[in-house]
Amino acid sequence: MLEIRNLKASVEEKEILKGINLKINAGEVHAIMGPNGSGKSTLSSVLAGRDGYEVTEGEVDFLQKNLLELSPEDRAREGLFLAFQYPIEIPGVSNINFLKTALNEIRTYKGLEAISAKDFLALVKEKSQLVELDSKLANRSVNEGFSGGEKKRNEIFQLAMLNPKLAILDETDSGLDIDALRIVANGVNKLRSKDRSFIIITHYQRLLDYIVPDFVHVLYNGKIVKSGTKELALELEEKGYDWIKAETV
Amino acid sequence: MPEENEILDEHLSGEYKYGFVSNIESEKAPIGLSEDTIRFISQKKNEPEWMLEWRLKAFRHWLTMKEPTHWPHLTYPNIDFQQIYYYAAPKQKPQYNSLDEVDPELLRTFEKLGISLDEQKRLSGIAVDAVIDSVSVKTTFREKLSEMGIIFCSFSEAVREYPDLVKQYLGSVVPPADNFYAALNSAVFSDGSFCYIPKGVRCPMELSTYFRINEANTGQFERTLLIADEGAYVSYLEGCTAPMRDENQLHAAVVELVALKDAEIKYSTVQNWYPGNKEGKGGIYNFVTKRGICLGDYSKISWTQVETGSAVTWKYPSCILKGNYSIGEFYSVAVTNNYQQADTGTKMIHIGKNTKSTIVSKGISAGFSNNSYRGLVAIQKGAENARNYTQCDSLLMSDKCGAHTFPYIEVKNKTAKVEHEATTSKIGEDQLFYCNQRGINNEKAIALIVNGYCKEVLNQLPMEFAVEAQKLLEVSLEGSVG
Ligand SMILES: Nc1ncnc2c1ncn2[C@@H]1O[C@H](COP(=O)(O)OP(=O)(O)OP(=O)(O)O)[C@@H](O)[C@H]1O
Ligand SMILES: [Mg+2]
Repeated sequence: MLEIRNLKASVEEKEILKGINLKINAGEVHAIMGPNGSGKSTLSSVLAGRDGYEVTEGEVDFLQKNLLELSPEDRAREGLFLAFQYPIEIPGVSNINFLKTALNEIRTYKGLEAISAKDFLALVKEKSQLVELDSKLANRSVNEGFSGGEKKRNEIFQLAMLNPKLAILDETDSGLDIDALRIVANGVNKLRSKDRSFIIITHYQRLLDYIVPDFVHVLYNGKIVKSGTKELALELEEKGYDWIKAETV
Repeated sequence: MPEENEILDEHLSGEYKYGFVSNIESEKAPIGLSEDTIRFISQKKNEPEWMLEWRLKAFRHWLTMKEPTHWPHLTYPNIDFQQIYYYAAPKQKPQYNSLDEVDPELLRTFEKLGISLDEQKRLSGIAVDAVIDSVSVKTTFREKLSEMGIIFCSFSEAVREYPDLVKQYLGSVVPPADNFYAALNSAVFSDGSFCYIPKGVRCPMELSTYFRINEANTGQFERTLLIADEGAYVSYLEGCTAPMRDENQLHAAVVELVALKDAEIKYSTVQNWYPGNKEGKGGIYNFVTKRGICLGDYSKISWTQVETGSAVTWKYPSCILKGNYSIGEFYSVAVTNNYQQADTGTKMIHIGKNTKSTIVSKGISAGFSNNSYRGLVAIQKGAENARNYTQCDSLLMSDKCGAHTFPYIEVKNKTAKVEHEATTSKIGEDQLFYCNQRGINNEKAIALIVNGYCKEVLNQLPMEFAVEAQKLLEVSLEGSVG
């Protein structure tokens, strides 16, 4: 699905990613943990193709394609989805209209016809139930005036609507109350399948109790310094990052 | 719907699509402006003596006036008023009884513009007055409207057929001496639309005038007068286009609205005059005076404008709120791209008690353009409990464009409440990236974001026009993020 080889990237001349290696097969869930500022969001931005992030070395293959050559919108159309750590507001544009535009752009790219209004509404209904999104939110402007938790839930709703191959969740759990966390996690679990993979960026082991990862990686200072299974997350929860920092000097 | 897609594709190709020139034989007045020109125009139109006198008086006043070049935030070379043709008309008979008599080239011109003059072919209930260069060529649905007592005809006809109404109201809202361009228009205006809605009648369809400049070096000076008698309602649309030409062309119109007691007038404009090319060459100078008066109590006038065209725009659709409890509204989207300049806004003059006005202005500037909002809210002494709410937003699409706001507030009554909110924002890279990440490219993303930003204004437009306006916004801002 995704293979990252020796990826180095800088922002404003400052190197942030210092040689990332990561291989994700179809259907796998990988959790990425790591201290603040270690480069987790930078990695997701680089993968999604955000402007201002310069790749200085390395390769990324996504579904047999050179990901780094694709425009951000083509990466999305190929099936890469990023649930933002800080979702953006678009005043005056309804969530529904936004998603319909997005969905049809993706469908056009794949040579499919635009979705009918009826099918679209049915899809909205089905997927909003998945994350128990209030139908009022679907009709409001994209993220405008949403609470922090509502924004996060909306990201997962969009994920469900757009049906990507690889979804990166950047701290989707932060800002969610306990019930919302369970609902969102359940939603994600329902979206797990043998041909969809996830990268879950989180600071909390708690989320991984709900969404059980196949692998856990620790990103520190721009590199993956340790990889393991879900037990690694437990260990981190218990011991913090100091021992890892100590190991890597 | 393949046809719809075609239209959309055409719109998205980014070029000004109405820039063609039609080969219609025309008859012009000699170039330049003098009393003789005015007599020529008046004679061509078979006008009564009083109309000619009115024009000449305006002309003599105009000679004493100066072009307003200092206060607007606009720069353009001085206009040589002697190098303009003030009258051009399709050579054939100016008013037609049936479509068969109309020059086929002219019909094709309007078909190309998406305006069908064939009543049978029109699906939507819109009556059209089509004005090309200096004359009205066809007004549709007249018979149907006249059954309800509604008069909808060209201005020239109104002068001949309804002189009393014209005499009573012409210049009553925008006096000939009001400003330089209004005086010029009063002297040389050629045609336009006239509309009268009688007492208690709700006009059952949208009325519209479609303006088209075709001839080179020709100024367009149309005059529109709309009167809604007591308790009447009318929604009026105005559209306009012009061919692409390298030289600038002058458009100086006057629109007067009169709303009597309990009457309501909704006036919408989608202004798409040729804006000039990417280097700022050519385009229309759009110097327009639009004003309405809420003469009676509980009357209401609402202006909605989407301004995307013209090289230079100078335009302040205004309301004089004379009747007690009268309401004035101004909803505006003004887009400037490349080297376009716009200085636009409104004036709300509160005279009556308990009068209320709302101003929502959305400026969008891109490229090297300059976009200014200029608004006056005046609360006069007797205007007890007057209310105004102004919201004035600017959106910048590049680092090289400018957005300016000039709000003037004059309050002479202590009970007034005037609120003003203003914001300036740059189109967010964050927003664009968010859209990109959902599979939406920049062009589409800008269209989405801008339409969202203008929603309050677009919502005011009649359905068909709103769709048109949305597409127009997309085209106008093509390739504008930088
Ligand atoms: N646009 C930017 N300009 C300057 N520095 C940046 C930029 N983006 C990221 N950085 C820097 O890169 C480093 C990594 O940031 P990043 O957001 O990837 O961390 P993170 O692992 O996601 O942290 P957190 O857990 O707090 O979300 C930080 O030091 C940050 O300040
Ligand atoms: Mg982060």
